[in-house]
Amino acid sequence: MKLIVLLPLLGFLLNGLLGNRLGKRFVTVVGCGLPIAAFAVALKYFFDLRAAGGAPIVEVAYTWFAVGRESLEIAFYFDRLTAVMALIVTGVGSLIHVYSIGYMKEDKSYARYFAYLNLFLFFMLMLVLGRSLLVLFVGWEGVGLASYLLIGFWFEDPAKAAAGKKAFITNRIGDAGFLLGMFVLYTALGTLDMDRINAAFMATPAPAVSASLVGILLFIGACGKSAQIPLHVWLPDAMAGPTPVSALIHAATMVTAGVYLVARLSGVYLHAPEASAAIAAVGLATAFFAATVAVVQTDIKKVLAYSTISQLGFMFLALGVGAYGAAIFHLYTHAFFKACLFLGAGSVIHAMSGEQDIRKMGGLAKKIPITFWTFAVATAAIAGIPPLSGFFSKDEIVWFALASSRGGSALLFAVAAPTALLTSFYMFRLLWLTFLGKPRMSPDVEHHVHESPGSMTSVLVILAVLSAVGGFFSIPHALEAQLPLPALAEGMDRFHYAVVGASIAIALAGLAGAAWFFGAGAARAERVRLAWPVANRVLSGKYYVDEAYEALIHRPLLWISERVFLGFGDRRLFDGTLHALAALGRGAAVVLGRVQTGSLQLYALLVLAGIVGALAWSLRNV
Amino acid sequence: MDSLQLLGWSAVVLFALGLLGVIIRRNVLVMLMCMELMLNAVNLSLVVFAQRGDPAAASVLVFLVFVVAAAEIAIAIPIVLLLVRHKRSLDLGSYSDLRG
Repeated sequence: MKLIVLLPLLGFLLNGLLGNRLGKRFVTVVGCGLPIAAFAVALKYFFDLRAAGGAPIVEVAYTWFAVGRESLEIAFYFDRLTAVMALIVTGVGSLIHVYSIGYMKEDKSYARYFAYLNLFLFFMLMLVLGRSLLVLFVGWEGVGLASYLLIGFWFEDPAKAAAGKKAFITNRIGDAGFLLGMFVLYTALGTLDMDRINAAFMATPAPAVSASLVGILLFIGACGKSAQIPLHVWLPDAMAGPTPVSALIHAATMVTAGVYLVARLSGVYLHAPEASAAIAAVGLATAFFAATVAVVQTDIKKVLAYSTISQLGFMFLALGVGAYGAAIFHLYTHAFFKACLFLGAGSVIHAMSGEQDIRKMGGLAKKIPITFWTFAVATAAIAGIPPLSGFFSKDEIVWFALASSRGGSALLFAVAAPTALLTSFYMFRLLWLTFLGKPRMSPDVEHHVHESPGSMTSVLVILAVLSAVGGFFSIPHALEAQLPLPALAEGMDRFHYAVVGASIAIALAGLAGAAWFFGAGAARAERVRLAWPVANRVLSGKYYVDEAYEALIHRPLLWISERVFLGFGDRRLFDGTLHALAALGRGAAVVLGRVQTGSLQLYALLVLAGIVGALAWSLRNV
Repeated sequence: MDSLQLLGWSAVVLFALGLLGVIIRRNVLVMLMCMELMLNAVNLSLVVFAQRGDPAAASVLVFLVFVVAAAEIAIAIPIVLLLVRHKRSLDLGSYSDLRG
């Protein structure tokens, strides 16, 4: 199993150290070949797992360090959940690597790009394969690093470099919670192996530590990585990176690490109803608010970014009501359709010579048909049109939000259903404004619109097919043995078909709404916009969260640093003390310096007086 | 007063003269000469005291002091010459550059 992890690392080293010298062909073969090889190895382990009837495969790679009798080892753990994650990461990852060949063809830092991408895969696989929380944490930090490097890939632009920094720093806040959670767990249980932690919480007597405390602390970490309120602000800015990076890291894989963490430690969360309730609340709030913001965004990638935040919110909602399998199911379908959407957006941007504003698009469907059809399939999938994959996974989440015996309630359903409607609405709005209607770009740009090369469109087609049929492979069923779905609350059975019907109706209503608003020009949408100026401004301003953080955290911190730490602490206290000491020395030197008159005779006289004095004293006393 | 005592006293006088010269004269060369005077006064006293004790060892010691004195003056004179060439003055007052 080491091989799965080490292959991308090898790619990173080869491309990072030799890539620039050995040319593009070498970089392409290494950069794409090794992830595909890793996928093949992961597939082999998947079949081994099936053959073994689902018994986890454990492999100790290396003993990291030993402290007293305890030793921490780098061990890999392959069970059903790992299998799903590893296959998504290597599979979708490989596809996006292939897509990048065409997308990054002209870039002068081609080798560096593939090196970073391989580095990301290495850390992401450490994250999903690690048995111990510590190994997971190494991967967790590593993907953060790779994300930082790739968001700021075009670091000549200060705004992009700043976006990378913002992502990194926001994640640090979450990581503080993660670390504290790990400390608490280790102090209480003496182990960080996640299967042992789950077993310890499942056993009686329960461990002497509050599961909710651990749950909340680890969830803070998950909030940072998976962009949940209040740490969601970095993800929209992260769109500064190259589009395939947004697809891989900021949609399909890395941001789902938080979901994976909670699902992996389901043993803890099953015993932490308070933490679970908090997760459900935060997830649902994030899903709803991000969806409302997505409705008014005009940058094609920003719409998708808010959509990602919103879908992650849905996943956390599922985790919060105990439907871990449903969350992983949505994670899996989301990886396909969101990767397809982002890569489609990349293809659009490629065709539009770098334009990202959907107000300046329109009518692209005929010019770039493959991109259009794949984008349309993925849009329908995320909107939840049956029988595409998103329908199954989202329906499952909405159903458990209502019916789960572990915290499902009508209130959660009452918010989740409109959020699903918004999802469908903003996605079809995006489809309409980008591909349908009349072209709104300048004739110059219109003239240059062209379909992307085969290496890009073939990936789009594969992902579109997966988005369409992925839902028929029922992940919750496959994970049932490991992550059982929660029991239904009493008397909820009879509502099941009503909820399925409502889901379909909601998806179609979103489609109809978008068609009505944006089908005949944008005049109707414009009227709504003018009728509700305040709402529009608040949504366009993304609820002013960034501005609030700026005013509440950034400015006071700056003030404290400037006035208290720099002005008083550094300048007054430290510098002042040292300056006072120096002045004391200088003053003493002035006084003592007077003794050095420079008159040799005086010195001789003093020496004489001294000798005489010493002799006189010794005559009398000795 | 026997001759030994006389010689002892003259050593004291010579030493005092040398010391006085070092303290009050400002000419560098003269001061150097006065220092030599003090050295030789001490030498003389050494000889005088040697007459009362073990003569052989003391005589050897006196010659050793002569050798050291010769070596010392061989170094001191060039130093003084360099100083003088530097400042074009024999006055000690002009050498107080390191005054505090």
